[in-house]
Amino acid sequence: MFEKIYILWLRQLKRYWRSKPRVIGSLGQPLLFLLALGYGMGAVFQQAGKGDYLDFLAPGIIGMSIIFTAIFSGIEIIWDRQFGFLKEVLVAPMSRLEIMIGHTLGGATVAFLQGVVVLLLSIAVGFGPIGWIEIFPALGIMFLTALLFAGFGVAVASRLNDMQGFQLIMNFLIMPLFFLSGALFPLEGAPKMLLAIAAIDPLSYGVDALRGLLTGSYYYGLPLDIAALAGAASLAVAAGSYLFSKIQI
Amino acid sequence: MAIIEVKNLTKKFGDFLAVDNISFQVRQGEFFAFLGPNGAGKSTTIKMMTTILKPTSGSIVISGHDAIGDSDRARQSFGIVFQDQSLDDELTAWENMDFHGVLYDIPSVIRGGRVKQLLEFVELWDRRDDLVKKFSGGMKRRLEIARGLMHHPKVFFLDEPTLGLDAQTRQHMWSYLKNLNRTEGTTVFLTTHYIEEAEQIAQRVAVIDRGKIAAIGTVEELRQETGTDSLEKAFLKLTGSHIREESAGDFAARRMRLFHGSKKN
Ligand SMILES: Nc1ncnc2c1ncn2[C@@H]1O[C@H](COP(=O)(O)OP(=O)(O)O)[C@@H](O)[C@H]1O
Ligand SMILES: [Mg+2]
Repeated sequence: MFEKIYILWLRQLKRYWRSKPRVIGSLGQPLLFLLALGYGMGAVFQQAGKGDYLDFLAPGIIGMSIIFTAIFSGIEIIWDRQFGFLKEVLVAPMSRLEIMIGHTLGGATVAFLQGVVVLLLSIAVGFGPIGWIEIFPALGIMFLTALLFAGFGVAVASRLNDMQGFQLIMNFLIMPLFFLSGALFPLEGAPKMLLAIAAIDPLSYGVDALRGLLTGSYYYGLPLDIAALAGAASLAVAAGSYLFSKIQI
Repeated sequence: MAIIEVKNLTKKFGDFLAVDNISFQVRQGEFFAFLGPNGAGKSTTIKMMTTILKPTSGSIVISGHDAIGDSDRARQSFGIVFQDQSLDDELTAWENMDFHGVLYDIPSVIRGGRVKQLLEFVELWDRRDDLVKKFSGGMKRRLEIARGLMHHPKVFFLDEPTLGLDAQTRQHMWSYLKNLNRTEGTTVFLTTHYIEEAEQIAQRVAVIDRGKIAAIGTVEELRQETGTDSLEKAFLKLTGSHIREESAGDFAARRMRLFHGSKKN
């Protein structure tokens, strides 16, 4: 049983690594955000008395790369369906749950590794975490966030038949989740409306936990962050498993 | 003893009846063919039997397991070669084979040897480390066959297995299956729209058209039943239509549909 989950997991990693445009794109985009926003907005941010913007931004960009990669990996099920490979997996002597677990763990691992690379990248361009020890719990938060959105991607992909749905997901789900999460701006002093939306966006808690651990400033606080992330991740994986078990060709 | 038992199986897509209340049995160790024109409902029936499509109504029992209610168990007993592609393009030929071997519980001590044997058998051993996306259509088809034959299930489902397959691999495949049938009592359920293939390979044939089984029996029985002297004439009499050959054009058309996002067949 574990061997089957392992080989499904490994497949996700291989596919990611072999798709060089995807690897380069998913590193280029965070780098662009870090440089353009981090340096571009730095002066304004500083004048507003909020400190160093790059330090503020880096955890948000790590969160961004995790959510994009994780949802995208989950959604790869649509590709598998279109190119026929999903059939091969669905007729094999294993349960739908095992397939879902293998696929989700694979996607989460890819997104997690992506987050690690972006963390290193942001350190390279000037981000300074407050301490090295805090990086370890931060890695845990990164994996939990990755798991959450990979499960979410599987749930969504199980309900979609073709690529057209993917554009909708990108524009009406991933983008809002990212922009409304407090990844780019501080939630302190934000309008009530925005706060209410951020409060139901699970990425807010992932970013807040990362920011707290790496720079020392929390908005929600670590216990609430972990509780919200764990709750949302369980929900996403459960929904993904259920919807995936209903999949038909 | 029946290893496949299908009763009153029906599948509707919206208002369209793709499979219309069919019932049949396949005996253990039998070569059984579904013969019918394109769109008859062959693939739809196979998808339901292999647990990837839910029937509208009816029952399917495979090797004693309910394929609808207990699909996890039913999947333990069969293997399938699909009509259209089911390979992972981003993996190599070897990786596709190995992946299959793991999913089908082939112990690692024999997995490697069997991958080699079958890749040699379809003349792809030299290309084992190439990504499948670099393969031609014919090579992909051969790889599908090799992969499908890797494990030794009780029942093989083959959906138009010889479509797009060269004559040599076709011969190889049938003799491999006959050998498995002899040594392990493997049952083979195939679909085809080639009359000669049904005639040569199958012990019993079900003629299927517009979702219904028009007749079922040995080739001899079908001839007698229709008072004709060949399966072709029997087929014509039963369905009133010539079998439309699937041309390269149809294949391309299906590909096009795929990429334009409409529902798959
Ligand atoms: N997912 C689907 N949605 C709607 N119609 C479908 C679907 N799958 C198959 N059909 C239709 O059902 C009929 C039977 O298809 P199929 O089983 O693929 O035929 P065969 O394999 O005998 O050529 C065809 O008319 C086909 O267009
Ligand atoms: Mg078909």
